Amino acid sequence: MSEAKPVYLDNNATTQVAVPVLEAMLPFISEYYGNPSSIHGFGAPVAAALEKAREQVQQFLGAEHSTEIVFTSCATEASNTAILSALEAYPDRKEIITSTVEHPATLDLCKQLERKGYTVHWIGVNNKGRLYMLAFQEALSERVAVISLMWANNETGSLFPIRGLAEQAKEYDVLFHCDAVQVAGKMPIQLSGSGIDMLSISGHKFHGPKGVGALYLRRGLKYRPLFRGGHQERGRRAGTENVAGIVGLGKAAELAQQAIEQDTARIRLLRDRLEMGLLARVPFSVVTGNPQQRVPNTSNVAFEYVEGESILLMLNQYGIAASSGSACTSGSLEPSHVMKAMDVPYTAAHGAIRFSLSRYTTDEDIDRVLEVLPEIISRLRLMSPYWDAAKGEPKEQQFQPQYA
Amino acid sequence: MWNYSEKVREHFFSPRNAKPVEQANATGDVGSIACGDALSLTLKVNPSNETIEEAGFQTFGCGSAIASSSALTEMIIGRTLDEALKLTNQDIADYLDGLPPEKMHCSVMGMEALHAAIADYRGEELEDDHEEGELICKCFAIDDVMIKKVVQQNGLSSLEDVIHYTKAGGACATCHEKIEWVLSECLQESAKAPELVSELPAVDPDQPLSIVAKVRLVEQALEKIRPQLQADGGDVQLNDIDDDMVFVTLTGACSGCGFSHATLAMIEDAVSKVLGQAVTVYPTALGSSAAASEQEAS
Repeated sequence: MSEAKPVYLDNNATTQVAVPVLEAMLPFISEYYGNPSSIHGFGAPVAAALEKAREQVQQFLGAEHSTEIVFTSCATEASNTAILSALEAYPDRKEIITSTVEHPATLDLCKQLERKGYTVHWIGVNNKGRLYMLAFQEALSERVAVISLMWANNETGSLFPIRGLAEQAKEYDVLFHCDAVQVAGKMPIQLSGSGIDMLSISGHKFHGPKGVGALYLRRGLKYRPLFRGGHQERGRRAGTENVAGIVGLGKAAELAQQAIEQDTARIRLLRDRLEMGLLARVPFSVVTGNPQQRVPNTSNVAFEYVEGESILLMLNQYGIAASSGSACTSGSLEPSHVMKAMDVPYTAAHGAIRFSLSRYTTDEDIDRVLEVLPEIISRLRLMSPYWDAAKGEPKEQQFQPQYA
Repeated sequence: MWNYSEKVREHFFSPRNAKPVEQANATGDVGSIACGDALSLTLKVNPSNETIEEAGFQTFGCGSAIASSSALTEMIIGRTLDEALKLTNQDIADYLDGLPPEKMHCSVMGMEALHAAIADYRGEELEDDHEEGELICKCFAIDDVMIKKVVQQNGLSSLEDVIHYTKAGGACATCHEKIEWVLSECLQESAKAPELVSELPAVDPDQPLSIVAKVRLVEQALEKIRPQLQADGGDVQLNDIDDDMVFVTLTGACSGCGFSHATLAMIEDAVSKVLGQAVTVYPTALGSSAAASEQEAS
């Protein structure tokens, strides 16, 4: 690591806990240790803190009632609960609609359900990451138990038109679950009046703590819990509550709601400056996803003819943290399923780097990346068999290795 | 982030010979852009003594791919082609003080590039035996292609079989569910494929087998197991058959391997199946027989 201040541009992976969030949590790890289910004086203030957090999250999501919020251990639990609940509540419906670019929390669960005999309609995306609407409409029927789609993609930030999709689901009375992990804290979410039945969020993506998430369940919804046991969360999620985490989530939601108004424009400007600066300085680089429809903090740029992990290792040397969907960082041999779904050519997909900003990102952070990254790409391209070092461009005759 | 050794980091950040050799007379281009790895190795070989005088690489790949390429060039410069051919991918990994299991394929790519370059120099055709799938067992670096191959060759049907035959899942057990998925895929495929007629003659349990027939059946069973053992650098040899006792010798890497008990169990399974009776397989030293070991015992 270099001496300079570290630059953290991996906020879609996780975020720094806000100081007021930590301060709100600490008393519930020390003096307020009562069980919120207890009847005595130790439990009462803790139960009250949970209800306050529930209201904070309700406000944040624009839900009609605070009781529509169920706290979970993370968004993965929330999404799993939502999908499995729908299947159990509607046992005669054996089909699921989802997309090919979902987060593993949805993707892997649906693959498992497919193995168990459910029919999964995997809706694809075009090369900009836009959902094939016709395929979605064709998959809709009374046989479908649940639709689960992400609002914003974690790798590219591209948005799906969730409100419209949820409306269409109503025609067939299909439950609609939305994975809103990557929009929460980045854009306003107004649930009341929307067609969304269930929605998952995660605390640590908007400056809250890890290990806590929430599931929105529209009032009147047919629901079956995943965890059974005590009567916590009105019997919808058994298990003693992660009180400090929930209090932190509530505080983070309150702060994020204010920040969306105050910081979004600035974050978007920083992101655009970074992106345009990179495209101008690095030839053969492209923005992946849908630049017109995406969350304001995310930019995914593919640097052709070089590999993502190498870029990240070198960036790390300069104290800069970003991420890549590259095969080699994940331990698999295939490039990211999102890049594959968008048909990004392999020479670019492996070099896709995600920069995700937060309200703590500064002008200096962006300057630093613009200063060091172009040099890193040139260095790696000099080593690349796809690159003609003498001409400074891709080889005329494309490199064709054996076994390709 | 990967836990790379200092040596890997050093070779990544300051790679050696990271440029094509001018006036190269051997080139090995290997890898697959789909998997995110590609390597072009160029050599200058002195034709009078077949010594590698210069080596250079260009690599598209992750940190360990670049480090493996760099290490490879350092290891082969100054060696003759025959000496260089003796290098294994493990040698490259060892040179770098080890690679994470998910990254061992980077060292394999280095070795393949070397073989391709030498074949190019000698004007030989290179056999393409390259196939790489999803890594299933991280402890023993076994992928789904390998598991499928062994399952199909041996008609395996349970998780335990797969563990015995491939070692996959034999240590930390976290990949057992994935193995079961691969297995069920194979079973579905073989259900679709027309029924394969067993090559082995049916054994009539009432008709005692002649010793010659027994030996032939056991040899056939061992022949089927042999490729897996050889893949690990080992082998097996039949020494003697006495009633329900079968004496074999594990050779090469199999002798003294910590998993030899699993290998023996696998052999016992296969041999019992072909003979139509439960037998016990005993490991013996090379050349010894049942009679000899009886004498030793007495």
